[in-house]
Amino acid sequence: MTDYAADSILVLLEVTPTGALAKSAAGLLGAASLVGTPAALVVTGAGQAQAIAEQAAAAGAERVLTVETDAASAQLTVPLADALATAVAAVSPDAVLISNSIEGRDVAGRFAARTGAALAVDAVGLSRDEEGIIAHHSVYGGAYNVDSAATFGTLVVTVRQGAVDARAEARPVVVETLEPQASGRAAASIDSFEAVTATSTRPELRGATKVVSGGRGLGSAENFALVEQLADTLGAAIGASRAAVDAGYIPQSHQVGQTGVSVSPQLYVALGISGAIQHKAGMQTAKTIVAVNKDPDAPIFEVADFGVVGDVFTIVPQLIRALDERKK
Amino acid sequence: MKIIVLVKEVPDTYGERKLDLETGLADRAASEPVLDEIGERALEVALSHADKNEAEVVVMSMAPERAATTIRKGLAMGAASAVQIADMGLAGADLGLTARTLAAGIRKTGFDLVIAGNLSTDGSGGVLPAMLAELLEVPNLTALSTVEIAADSVSGTRTTDDGTMSLSAPLPAVISITEALPDARFPNFKGIMAAKKKPFETLTTSDVGVDPQDLSVAASIMTAITEKPPRSAGVKITDEGDGGTKIAEFLIENRLA
Repeated sequence: MTDYAADSILVLLEVTPTGALAKSAAGLLGAASLVGTPAALVVTGAGQAQAIAEQAAAAGAERVLTVETDAASAQLTVPLADALATAVAAVSPDAVLISNSIEGRDVAGRFAARTGAALAVDAVGLSRDEEGIIAHHSVYGGAYNVDSAATFGTLVVTVRQGAVDARAEARPVVVETLEPQASGRAAASIDSFEAVTATSTRPELRGATKVVSGGRGLGSAENFALVEQLADTLGAAIGASRAAVDAGYIPQSHQVGQTGVSVSPQLYVALGISGAIQHKAGMQTAKTIVAVNKDPDAPIFEVADFGVVGDVFTIVPQLIRALDERKK
Repeated sequence: MKIIVLVKEVPDTYGERKLDLETGLADRAASEPVLDEIGERALEVALSHADKNEAEVVVMSMAPERAATTIRKGLAMGAASAVQIADMGLAGADLGLTARTLAAGIRKTGFDLVIAGNLSTDGSGGVLPAMLAELLEVPNLTALSTVEIAADSVSGTRTTDDGTMSLSAPLPAVISITEALPDARFPNFKGIMAAKKKPFETLTTSDVGVDPQDLSVAASIMTAITEKPPRSAGVKITDEGDGGTKIAEFLIENRLA
């Protein structure tokens, strides 16, 4: 039995179906390091634990608990929840941090329901007071800030991807192999997995520092290329309003808003987006908002730091030329 | 086959939504209450299966009594019956209590398949389907963008940033669906009239055997709440032929380009 720090924070790091450490790892360990001593749990395929553990230590994990199993790529959620339950019993952490991804939420939900632990979802920050860990949330599209805490026991927290900027210092690699206790719970089978092959050089929308989004004002899928050109000029990720997605200009994975991705970039450029409340709910926490729309009464101007009333098809090409000239 | 669809009354996202800064609870009077769209899509999945197969569709919701009108829309759309768990003790319930209450209601009603939306528009938690699967001791298939329901199994695909996963499980199971699935049907006049005669069961926590005041179970509590000042508009100009250049200048000035 190893001793873990009394202020341990257990972080479940996600491993992608292709066997890499998920990008959310650095932010989760960063968040953990702000409120305690980060211990990481990684569940990998056979023979992959050491490599992933080294990456986890480099990202700030003081200890790395590893589970090597092929079950996690054959069965949904349950193997991860079982590994987490075993790790929590070993570490007795003040909090468990998990990425607020689809799989992360499922593992958090199963674990919290199984153990009766308090669950805080979609946290954007963490702090600690004399009574324990506090999760900070931004709710109703960023209109309210809410804090939550557990009445007692370990707080299970899912952390919004890209919300925590803090990063932990690299630590020496200390690995501990864990034998998870199988719960025997029924699980869905993962029958196949097809990895995304299209490797885009553009930044991912989630967690991007700059986002250029297009709306119905673009008029067609062909015209949406204008959004892509400006995004590439700025090194930005591509977003879209639901109207643009519904009109088929761009796939749903680019949708920003209430029912899409929530972003908090340094710069958000809205092109031909009217700014329905549902869209604003996904982007109004951006540091700087620039909007171009031909309708002077478009609600997007109510939140824009810099708005131009006019035609996107003349303004945006001019903007791209001006930025390109500056680069020369 | 018995399919339970979980639905939720939420404040309409087309209007302003408010939280009560005293209690931290949703201010239900501040906005138009509507049935959450993703729950309607979940109901559509169940109804379109029931259109072609032998299946009984039940809508279930944990909500204050006055939400009955909203839940009734599910009956008008075509569900055979509704179950509402309403109890003063559930006001401000955290995820754990909500999951225990719904799981107890689902067990009492009986089920082969539970269908929920992947994320509500108000809480955006997205954890209840997995919590229910754990408590009901059945598989979870969450965030499905396609669904195939068979007599004794359910399958579907989940698309993430990394790729596409094919999932399957024998019934009983809990699934959640994304808005990639089709829009829900509109209730027609015949459906609205028929809804008035359909069974609508209202249960309390003691009916389902859950104690909302059980302090031996850890709960998540709200410790603070503040309203962010609304974002104020900045500069708005009308393009006079140099709009693009003006934006470029703004971006460069603010070190954003």
